[in-house]
Amino acid sequence: MIETLVWIALALGVIGVYLSWTAGRLDRLHTRMDAARAALDAQLVRRASVVLEVATSGVLDPASSLVLYEAAHAARQAEEDHREVAESELSQALRAVFADADQVEAVKAAPGGEEAAEELAAAVRRVPMARRFHNDAVRAARALRRHRKVRWFRLAGHAPFPLAFEMDDEPPADLADRPA
Amino acid sequence: MKIGIVCPYSWDVPGGVQFHIRDLAEHLIRLGHEVSVLAPADDETPLPPYVVSAGRAVPVPYNGSVARLNFGFLSAARVRRWLHDGVFDVIHIHEPASPSLGLLSCWAAQGPIVATFHTSNPRSRAMIAAYPILQPALEKISARIAVSEYARRTLVEHLGGDAVVIPNGVDVDFFASAEPKEEWGASTLGFIGRIDEPRKGLPVLMAAFPRIVEECPDVRLLVAGRGDEEEAVASLPADLRSRVEFLGMVSDEDKARLLRSVDVYVAPNTGGESFGIILVEALSAGAAVLASDLDAFAQVLDQGAAGELFANEDAGALAEAAVRLLRDPARRAELSARGSAHVRRFDWSTVGADILAVYETVTDGAAAVATDERVPLRTRWGLSRET
Repeated sequence: MIETLVWIALALGVIGVYLSWTAGRLDRLHTRMDAARAALDAQLVRRASVVLEVATSGVLDPASSLVLYEAAHAARQAEEDHREVAESELSQALRAVFADADQVEAVKAAPGGEEAAEELAAAVRRVPMARRFHNDAVRAARALRRHRKVRWFRLAGHAPFPLAFEMDDEPPADLADRPA
Repeated sequence: MKIGIVCPYSWDVPGGVQFHIRDLAEHLIRLGHEVSVLAPADDETPLPPYVVSAGRAVPVPYNGSVARLNFGFLSAARVRRWLHDGVFDVIHIHEPASPSLGLLSCWAAQGPIVATFHTSNPRSRAMIAAYPILQPALEKISARIAVSEYARRTLVEHLGGDAVVIPNGVDVDFFASAEPKEEWGASTLGFIGRIDEPRKGLPVLMAAFPRIVEECPDVRLLVAGRGDEEEAVASLPADLRSRVEFLGMVSDEDKARLLRSVDVYVAPNTGGESFGIILVEALSAGAAVLASDLDAFAQVLDQGAAGELFANEDAGALAEAAVRLLRDPARRAELSARGSAHVRRFDWSTVGADILAVYETVTDGAAAVATDERVPLRTRWGLSRET
């Protein structure tokens, strides 16, 4: 009798340690996801501000400037549930405006334009990077959270179910391309 | 930025991953970053000042061949000490899935971790069985880098998730400015790689060679690399053996000069390549490149725009393409020009900037790397009085 109880207690103890370890793992994944989300946020905001700067600097023609300004402004003001669409539209606007390699040259030719073009190129390249890292973290967290042990013992607590950030982040070819 | 790089393979054994890490570390140091590389090495081998030894690697059979790996308490302790002393902003682990320093560092660290996956092993049963062991370590990685689109695909298939593609880097100007050697020029084919490693494809080239000689009688083949030379030419008719010149192991300078000198560089590799750095080096040197149509090679050669591709393991196709190139200097010049322009994207200035962009993305607002201390159970359950 005692022996059985001891065994049961031991088994419960082992299960407890395992669950506690899993909870720690999940906690770390949530931390990683939050950091990735913050990094993605930072890159998106950075891209929008560089675009605003270029749009208001007057180096581009007024029509292109207006298109870029509109899109960047909308992306910055977007509510959370509209953000993916607004950021995708900014990507599309960038691709439309910089479809022509001469536009890139025009920006570079302006005083201080070289740095602006470089900053813009860096920003459009880093957004897809940050988004991939974010979605990778989301996938890892979701995989663990869907596991039986996590669902049955409610190890995730009240943390919201992680959602990927889906958007069109294809950079304009002429801007992001490597030196030929 | 304080950057820690983990090299999984012995520093004293030459290899693609080691060279990549050496060049990356030196590039980052030139840019003014603080870099420390943790690598397995014998205690008596002289190491560059930025390398920290993690102890000797032990040869063990793993994954079908004998690999030199680091594991056990001593290595784990050294990894922890290195992490603790370094206080890195980011650590960059190479090959985190191999049971060596990479995996140990993944276990021991927390914070911004970047990982590069070099090889693309086909899915094995061991891999599937190891998945639950690997997963808790691999899910700590904040950013994954694959060296080619092909490597990324296999990574996504095996481990799920996603990765950014950043190719391996090459110092393009080093190869572009090498002095050609006259005796290595004039109707020559070049091959660089292990002679006794069938996957490097020398047997395919040997099978094609008699047909190439038939069409271009004055052609010579220059072979640089380790291995048994007698055995390599055993399949050739005796009168053709003198046309094959073995250079043995060559220095980096001679390698660059060889690539600058030859008319056509041939890469007949039959598989197991996830990137193909040698092709990038050949393109940098302005050689016309003829390579087997492996996924990784096709990508480096821009789907055939920067170099010619032939059907893998098809000696006939290789011979035909080689003859066509040898007879057509205009086509060679065209390939060389296109290759030189294409290869700029593999230069360290570009690749290094991309890798730094990854570091900056993951360190934005994150704390420094620290050792992953086990939280005492009492604290975790709120029973501890000290906290």
